[in-house]
Amino acid sequence: MIEIAILSGKGGTGKSSLSAALATLAAKIVAADCDVDAANLHLVLNPKDYREEVYVSGQKAVIDPDRCTNCGICLSYCRFEAISNKGGIHRIIETACDGCQLCDRVCPENAIHMVSHDKSRWFVGDIANGKMIHARLAPGEDNSGKLVNIVRDQARETAFEIQSDIILIDGPPGIGCPVISSLTGVDKVLLVAEPSLSGVHDLKRIVELTQHFRVQTYVVINKYDLNDALSDAIVNWCRSVQIPVIGQLPFDRAVVDAMVNCESVTNWAPDSTISNAIKRIWNKLLQHEQAKSF
Amino acid sequence: MKIAITATGNSLNSKVDSRFGRCSYFAVYDMDENQTKFIKNPNKEAAEGAGPAAVQLIAKQGVTQIISGEFGGKAKSILEDLNIQMIMLNGPEKSIQEVLDLMAINK
Amino acid sequence: MKIAVASGKGGTGKTLVSTNLFNVIQKSGFAVDLIDCDAEEPNALQFIHADLISQKSVTQNIPVIDKEACTFCGKCEAYCHYNAIVVLPKLRHIQVVEDLCHDCGACEYACPAGAISWKSKTTGTIRTYAVNNGSSLIEGRIEIGVYSSVPLIKEVMKSSHHRQLAIVDAPPGTSCPFIATVSAADFMVLVTEPTPFGLNDLKLSVEILQQLDKSFGIIVNRAGLGDHRVYDFIAKNKLLLLDEIPFDPRIAKSYSEGKLITDNMPNYHKHFLQLFSRIKKHLQYDRNSYT
Ligand code: SF4
Ligand code: SF4
Ligand code: SF4
Ligand code: SF4
Repeated sequence: MIEIAILSGKGGTGKSSLSAALATLAAKIVAADCDVDAANLHLVLNPKDYREEVYVSGQKAVIDPDRCTNCGICLSYCRFEAISNKGGIHRIIETACDGCQLCDRVCPENAIHMVSHDKSRWFVGDIANGKMIHARLAPGEDNSGKLVNIVRDQARETAFEIQSDIILIDGPPGIGCPVISSLTGVDKVLLVAEPSLSGVHDLKRIVELTQHFRVQTYVVINKYDLNDALSDAIVNWCRSVQIPVIGQLPFDRAVVDAMVNCESVTNWAPDSTISNAIKRIWNKLLQHEQAKSF
Repeated sequence: MKIAITATGNSLNSKVDSRFGRCSYFAVYDMDENQTKFIKNPNKEAAEGAGPAAVQLIAKQGVTQIISGEFGGKAKSILEDLNIQMIMLNGPEKSIQEVLDLMAINK
Repeated sequence: MKIAVASGKGGTGKTLVSTNLFNVIQKSGFAVDLIDCDAEEPNALQFIHADLISQKSVTQNIPVIDKEACTFCGKCEAYCHYNAIVVLPKLRHIQVVEDLCHDCGACEYACPAGAISWKSKTTGTIRTYAVNNGSSLIEGRIEIGVYSSVPLIKEVMKSSHHRQLAIVDAPPGTSCPFIATVSAADFMVLVTEPTPFGLNDLKLSVEILQQLDKSFGIIVNRAGLGDHRVYDFIAKNKLLLLDEIPFDPRIAKSYSEGKLITDNMPNYHKHFLQLFSRIKKHLQYDRNSYT
């Protein structure tokens, strides 16, 4: 079984559209959307979810007004400015509470208790050529790295169940904790880069990360025709750090049209130039795998 | 001497779990008694700090060697401080029994 | 008055809007701040010519344990919600994992031996750059490995209090850093695009802004590409559509080169000035101070 993660230093590089296109090319696959903060792969792969689970992201404090004597001790201990005192009434500011539980421990009246955040969900569903695991982190909730771990665990379990050889992970943007959770232990990372000044900068930062974790890394340049000079610069730079550039995709309206119709471009326009280019990328990703195992 | 191996389940046939902090079980092998016991990892689902918590757990068992697929940076530095040897296991999946056999051969 | 520009996911034109909006206001002679709260990857500076005038570190507290006084009772470890303390009584070992510490203070409260004191650790930097006419760019940048950018963002947002007007580049997503920015802003501008992905992100952002009771307007970027469902959603929920920025390959090209469209294309200069007047109409403050 191989796990392939699609990542990009920043959002908006067309990562999810490419992930969706690659996912529909495999004969059998488990697709895992690890961009739990702003998941949208499901819009294209359209899974029929048969399993829904609650994800507890953390805890928040709640004050019981009947017990609270408004002594203010909790407020003096909370270091997150998460307790307000309006007209002598003490309340927790839910969006600021970090869940450290200190107020609960210091309250002399036992008026505070902790409640779990249980508004986030993760799902398993059927897609045309396999299964999909995806999640929805409720707004204002944190610890997306942990949710990414759950999605990945579930993806592995599911791949084992249906005997799929491939897990495709659509990773979150950036270089933070959820990104690290998405790429540790994967076999390959495909980075989607964009030829812009900030895009080049973002690419270098994420390559630092993949090299730190010693993951086999490949690059695709999306919308390369946006700025040919920068695309060339990316190719040269990748060569200098020995990362193969396995595809360069032009801006193509078909990608947008496919997305608008909630289809992957490889399904929407299977014989288009761009779909063929994406097929070549997919073959190269898998080819390298064979080369490695011999 | 005690050795811990991260495991996906609680039997000798279970595979080595490639993640240290978020593994399912720890197999703790006591060389002197020639016995293996399995400890469920309570920190698997921890929001943060699963690695350091796992170090604490195995250190309390008196383990001096730990075998896993990968170690996070935070866990690594504590293991180094505690002088617990880290052994990284790469390549095809092995069962706990297979790893123990390998250890016995290499002794 | 702080106007924050956000876009659910990154890459839909948030920085395009915030930097150009700032640029046209600043060029028309008013002192305004641009606050870059995208602390993991601040990039407004790539578009604005500015000189560094000051910088300060943002710190958090980290417990320091006096091993002489410590009895290795383990209470601090039990009180630490973030697994940031490792205590091994038999080995007489105690250690703080600095990257995990949220600076909550629970360990100090827990310790019966008074063995805990504090040191400070740099978690980020706030840099201020001078632009023309007394305007400035304020950038928050988080150190790699810090658990959350929220404390830094709170500080960055406070750094601009003397100003009448600030444009804020908000962090992506809808999690805590976004909320911290929104909480300190007076008005939100959500940038989206007319695709199912854009709509999905917009819905999430709208949901949280409504929960927080914030007033906001929407800009549809790359208008002309995609479909009408974003507009249907806006109309159906009676949301405020502030502006449309057309799909124009020159915009992406200019952006890729780190240039502002309001500098090199006069029609967009006018476009953003009009956008600003539209935003002003929705804000409740003395209009005369800016026109
Ligand atoms: S410490 Fe307890 S009693 Fe005092 S104000 Fe807080 S919640 Fe109320
Ligand atoms: S749990 Fe911690 S952060 Fe939340 S209100 Fe209590 S003391 Fe403040
Ligand atoms: S300050 Fe809070 S998070 Fe930091 S070590 Fe102490 S208890 Fe843990
Ligand atoms: S609570 Fe105090 S005495 Fe007990 S282990 Fe922690 S630092 Fe040491």
